[in-house]
Parts: sequence; C-alpha cells; structure tokens
Amino acid sequence: MSFLSVDNLQVRFSDTVTVGPVSLDIERGEILALLGPSGSGKTTLLRMLAGFETPDSGRVLVEHEDVTAMAPAKRRFGMVFQHYALFPHLNVGENVAFGLAKGSDRAAQVADALGLVDLAGFEKRKVQELSGGQQQRVAVARALAPHPRVLLLDEPLSNLDPSLRERTRRELREVIGRVGITTVFVTHEQEEAFDLGDRVAVLNGGRLEQIGTADQVYDTPSSLFVATFVGRANVLKGSAALAFGGEPGQALVIRPEHLRIVKGPGVAGVVKERRFTGASAFLHVEIVSGVRVEVLSEPRAAAVGDQVTLAAVRKAVFPA
Amino acid sequence: MRKRSSSGLLLTLLLAWLVLYPVLIVAVDAGHASAIHAFVSRGTEWSALWASCWISVASVLLAAAIGIPLAFLFEWFEFPGRKLLGSLIALPAVLPPLVGVIAFLFLYGESGFVARGLQYVFRFQQAPWQLQGPGAILLVHAYSMYVYFYLFTRAGLAKVDAAMIEAAHALGAGRWRTLFRVTLPLLRPSLAGATLLTFMTALGSFSAPYVFGGGFRVMPTQIVASRLNGEDSLAMVETVALALMALIGLVLLRRSEGDVGVVSLGKGAAPQRRVIRTPMARVTATVAGWVLAVVLLLPHLTLILVSLVPYATWTTEAFPPVLNLDNYRRLLEEPARLAPLVNSLWMAVVSTAGAVVLALAAGWMVVRRRARLSRIIEALVALPWALPGTVFAIALATTFSVMKPFEARWVLIGTAAILPLAYLVRNIPVTGRAILAGYRQLDPAFDEAAASLGAGRWQTFRRVSLPLLSPALMAGASLAFVAALGDFVTSVVLYTYDTRPISMEILSSLRLNEIGVAAAFGVVLMIVSAVVLAIGARR
Repeated sequence: MSFLSVDNLQVRFSDTVTVGPVSLDIERGEILALLGPSGSGKTTLLRMLAGFETPDSGRVLVEHEDVTAMAPAKRRFGMVFQHYALFPHLNVGENVAFGLAKGSDRAAQVADALGLVDLAGFEKRKVQELSGGQQQRVAVARALAPHPRVLLLDEPLSNLDPSLRERTRRELREVIGRVGITTVFVTHEQEEAFDLGDRVAVLNGGRLEQIGTADQVYDTPSSLFVATFVGRANVLKGSAALAFGGEPGQALVIRPEHLRIVKGPGVAGVVKERRFTGASAFLHVEIVSGVRVEVLSEPRAAAVGDQVTLAAVRKAVFPA
Repeated sequence: MRKRSSSGLLLTLLLAWLVLYPVLIVAVDAGHASAIHAFVSRGTEWSALWASCWISVASVLLAAAIGIPLAFLFEWFEFPGRKLLGSLIALPAVLPPLVGVIAFLFLYGESGFVARGLQYVFRFQQAPWQLQGPGAILLVHAYSMYVYFYLFTRAGLAKVDAAMIEAAHALGAGRWRTLFRVTLPLLRPSLAGATLLTFMTALGSFSAPYVFGGGFRVMPTQIVASRLNGEDSLAMVETVALALMALIGLVLLRRSEGDVGVVSLGKGAAPQRRVIRTPMARVTATVAGWVLAVVLLLPHLTLILVSLVPYATWTTEAFPPVLNLDNYRRLLEEPARLAPLVNSLWMAVVSTAGAVVLALAAGWMVVRRRARLSRIIEALVALPWALPGTVFAIALATTFSVMKPFEARWVLIGTAAILPLAYLVRNIPVTGRAILAGYRQLDPAFDEAAASLGAGRWQTFRRVSLPLLSPALMAGASLAFVAALGDFVTSVVLYTYDTRPISMEILSSLRLNEIGVAAAFGVVLMIVSAVVLAIGARR
C-alpha cells in the first residue's frame, strides 16, 4: 500500500458544487502535482489533506493511519501557503521555530532548516524586509523544520515574478529532493506541474480526470479536457475532423508540433498569420473556411498568404 | 462551513443578558397606564421630546458646517502651519463630556474669563450674558462634535481618486460642478457616517444640557429629573420614548445612506495638496487656521489655569490673583478627594478588560467559527451604541434593583458592581467594533499556518491571533477606557458614595464652589485620556 492515500474523498458545498469523489495513491518520497483550472477543486483537495476542510465522506490515510478526522495540528503535515502566511510579528528565526518543540537544540534546528533553503544567518531578519523569493523560502523552511510526514504546497510559485519562477522552481525541487519528503502541490500552470511533479493529477470540475507522469498525460490524454488543458492543441470537429481522417461524430485533437507542412498529399490551407518566437514559428493555417489550425514549424517554413499542405503525424480521437 | 457550538450559544445569552434584557425589562415595566397618561398629557414631556429632536438636528448641521470645510482646507491645501494645526484639531476628543462642559463654563460662562474680561474693559455692572439654554448647549456640541465630520470627511477625501476629479475636469466640468457632481457624491458614505454618529451623540448628550440647560430640558435630563422626583414609572416611559427616538433616527439615517457605498473602481492616489499662492488667500487661510487653533485650545488652557486657583482666592478680579498647585496637593492628600480618582481608575480598568474579553470572544465566534448565531452576536454587540447612555442607566437601575435569581436579576444597585457593569455594557460596541474589524482583516491563513505547525487552538490564539490583533485591541481598549474614566451620564444615575467616580466629584466640587478642585480633576482626566488615546493610536 502507498504512503499517502486518498480514498473516495468528497465534500459538497452546495447542490451544484461538489469536489470528489477523488482517490489517489502517493508513494513515499513522490512529488505529486495537482493541476487544474481555477474552480477545479485542487486547492480544496489540498486543504482536505491538510485538515482545513472536512470531507463529507472518504478517508485520508498516511502509512495506514486514518487521519481524516484528525485536527490539522496533530497531522504533522507541513504546509506552504499561497501568500506564505509568514507571521508578521515574528522574525525569520521565530517563524521557523514556531512548530518546533521547546528544547536546547531549537536554534540548531532553525539554522538547519534555514541552511536547507540557502538562507543561513537570516534568523534575526524581519519577514517584511525579505524579497518575495526569500519569503517563499522561509515558508518552506518553516514547514519543513518540524520534520513533517508530508509537505503540502498551495500554488508555491504563483506569488513570484515570472523572471524568478524558474529559478525558484529549480531550488524548490532540489530542497524537496534533498529532504526526500512526500509532497503534494497545487498549481494551475502546466509547465510548473510537469517540471516539479513526478506525477501529475489533472482535476476538472471537482473530478480527477487523469493521473500519470507528464509524458503520459501529454502524449495520451484520457479526455478532451486533458488534451486541451495540458499543452496547446487544435480541436477539430465536423468537416475539419473528416479532412484529417476522422469519422463523423469524432473530435480530433492534434498538437501544433504534430502538424507538418508536407509536399505530398494532405490537407490544403492558407497561412493567415505567423507568430515568430525566435527558435520556431507558429503558423495559423485556414483549412476550411473559418477553421484555423495552429502549426509549429521551422521559423521560415512559410509566409503569410502561402498555400501549404498539412499532415498530422499524431492525433488523439475523442467522441465529439 | 457553519458549526454548531454551545460556546456560541453561551456568548449570545451573556450578551443578550447584558445589552438587551435590561432594555426589555424597562420596556415591559413602562407599560403603566397612569405613567403613560402622565407622559402624554404633560406639556413638558412633549417639549423635551421636541427639544431633543431639534437640538440633535441643529448639532449635526453646525458640526457639518464647521467640520466639512475644515477637512477640505486641511486635505486639499498647503499653507503655513498646516501640519501642526492638523494635529491640534482632534483636541476636543481628549475632553470627557463633563470636563468639556465645565471648561466652557469657566471660559464663556457669566463669571468666566471672557465675560470678566469684557466687564473689566467696558466697566459693565453685570455679566454681559448668561451661558444658558439651547444656545449654550449647541455651542458645546458644535465644539465637541465637529471633530466627527472633520475626521470622516478627511478620511473620505483621502480615498477620493485624483483621476476621478481630473476626469471631471477633462470632461469640461468647472471647479464647483466637479465638487457637487463628483467629489461630494463620492464622500456620501463618509458624510452619512458622520451624520449618524453626530446625531446619536447629540441625542444622548447629557452633560451639556444638565449643566447649561436650566429650565430647558431634553429627554436625557428630563429622565434624570423624573427619577430624582421619585417618578420612576414616568422615567421608564421617558426612557422608552428616548430609546424609540434613537432607533427611529438610526433607521432613517441608515436609509438615507442609500444603497451600497460608492466604490471606486481603481486604486487611485488622492489628489496632491494645492499650495495656496495668492497672498491674500494665504494670509486668510493661515489666520483662520491659527484663530481656530486658539479657539480649540482655549478650553484646555482655561481648565489648567482654573485648576491653579486656590479655594476662595478669586472673587471679582478679571484675572485670578493667586496661582499655585494647592488643588493638586489636595487631590492627592485628602482621602475623600483621592477616592474618586482611584474608583474611576479601577472601574475603568475592570470594565475595559471585560469589554475586551467579550469582544475577543465575539470576534472569534463571528469571524473564525462563523457560528450560526453570528448575526445575532454582531447585532447585540452593536446595540448599546444605538441607545443613549441614559437609557442604559435607567435600564440597569431597573433590572438590578430586585432579587429574582430565576429571572437572572440580582440587587446590584448600591453595590460596587453596578458602575463597572454599566461602563462595560456601554463599551461593548467600541471594543467589539475594533476587534471584529481586526479579526476580519486577519488572514485566516495565519491560523492555518499555526495549526499546520502543530499549534492547538489556544496556542494559536495566544501566539498568533492575539499579537496580530493587538493594534485593534489597543485602539478599542483605549477608547473604552477613556469613555469609562470620564463617564457622567450613567454614573449620575447609578453611583453610590463609596464608588463615586471623578465626574460626580467634579459636580459636587462645583456645587461647593470648589472650582479649582473641579478643574484639577478635569485636568487629570484630560491628561490621562490624552496619554491613553495616544498609546491606543500607536501602531
């Protein structure tokens, strides 16, 4: 049995808004990303794991221990909040020490935790004086200091400047890896989920759509939603779907990089727009009147107004 | 998620017992046919009702006429001395009602400094005027209540987005059109708030009508007079009438506030202060500012001066011939004078502590637990604010003058408990409002962060919520403490000799013509209030 397991967890907010039932199994030391648009229930699921939301049914198990009804304070789950929730009346060291039992080695434990996030010697700083990235690291250190069983992160990078995100993501992955802690984090960004998560759970409308490695989720999406939410995708229906070999009543999902400009037989179209990104270009090709597809191509494969022929090297088929 | 909780029910019952139950008892007891008949048939009752009504409205108009232009002057214009004057402008707030009244008496009364000065200069045989009747009451009200309009308007102006005004100008509106079509409508919530506060304060005002009213009675003084005449049933009917007036006023003013407040769309910055450049306007603004400062400060200075006048040394001179610290020495050395100081201090401390604890419990229940009863709890916390102090004084006096333990009524009147209880009840809205607001601004993630780090409920409260709430708590507690320390309106009905507070001692000193001692008490109250308010306002 897995280390952390979510068994048919469900909570109902109103007649129309329900999260779950969701079941998940997370291995020891694994990093799981909960990915979904806003309102998909990912934060609610995380808060049920932490104990801040009470599920109506289902269980949360850690190492076979049922913690569903356990108070958050007793669970020994560390949590990093979206806005960090660093206590403004305490300095960095006091924040990190908050969850530690009183004892002689408390200072050493604080120093260890701060060292882990590369903030050694920051104990006396005020939290208001820190940059956003430093605040995030203090929040991680504070959550990890009491040696929790599970680390929960709520949108850990959303509060940072885009320029800072990639570096912070790398550092976060490194820290989690070094500690080897079982981690669940919430994000609405696919890139973040792919980069940080060993596996990705895609949620939509309170339901788990798919769970798997990044490759699995990207290459073999289990639903039209996953196919379109994760990565860029052209969704073709009707005559456009038929043109690419679909059957009536089917929706085809083709990723831009799976469409090629070919010499031989294929689907003819006209380049209406070209978005140049440097290493490559996105072409918007009109194949049927009013239907455009996005094609990832070599930077100079075609110009606006060119007649091109397209072929799909890979496609996913869903009921329309 | 709403949670069932027995502690929520307990708190609701406790609050209801404190703030609602006594009022209901008075309402029921007032149902005596003979008393109601007396109330309806006597002309004096109707004239007191009418007086309360028009005095309150006139106070609002006067306070607005002074406070609003001042707020514009200080918020929008730059002139020499603006900062210093701006900090002086809240000075009336450190004068408890009765102290403000006696300061006016010493200053503008028929044997006050101004009258004596004029008498001296022009050789009048008699004092040129008498400080009595509605005019005197309105003078004191204008002085002490313009602050509400000033502060509310300034706060409102600080939030007005400069871009709104620029947009109006860009659309071709002139200065006046912009003021009436844009600025004032945006200020509506602030002005409505100030109007409500001023109206309620004026309606419940007791000190000024009591000292300056003479034959002119408003409801609060009428009630106390009826009680002194032994007409308890009539006093209860009058109390209910005053309570109804207050509630009607509250409802009417709330309605005039209109629907949801005007919310600005963007977060703009307030307009830059305009430097007044025209020499004439500059001189006018500066002179007006300094004259205002003098007018504001005169009562305080008068009080200090009179407190230095030893007993029976100042008779007909324009200026007191002897000045020393004798009165302060007597305050500390004569046990009968020291007692009221000690009484007021401990009663203010105890009642403030109680009001803070209740407010913390209410804040936690309403904001954190989202208890089923939270709307009721909030309404109960706000209720004493809507009713004049006299109403509560009579209500508590009635409720706690009989021994009926099964009705949750005990004899507290005549004991040391009644005054702290009355102060507590009156101060629940002050601490409650501050702490509820504090709780609402407190990110629940702090509590959750503490819980996720293993802190239990009590630990979370002690280590996280309480320190973060302390600014709100200090602000609420300081206001409550100052109000309890200077209370006159409930004390005059409920005090006993052994627990007589400072205000009663001031009154009896005045009656014995010990004006120096009365003023010394006033100065002590003024200084303690100022210090406590300054501590409470520190962030």
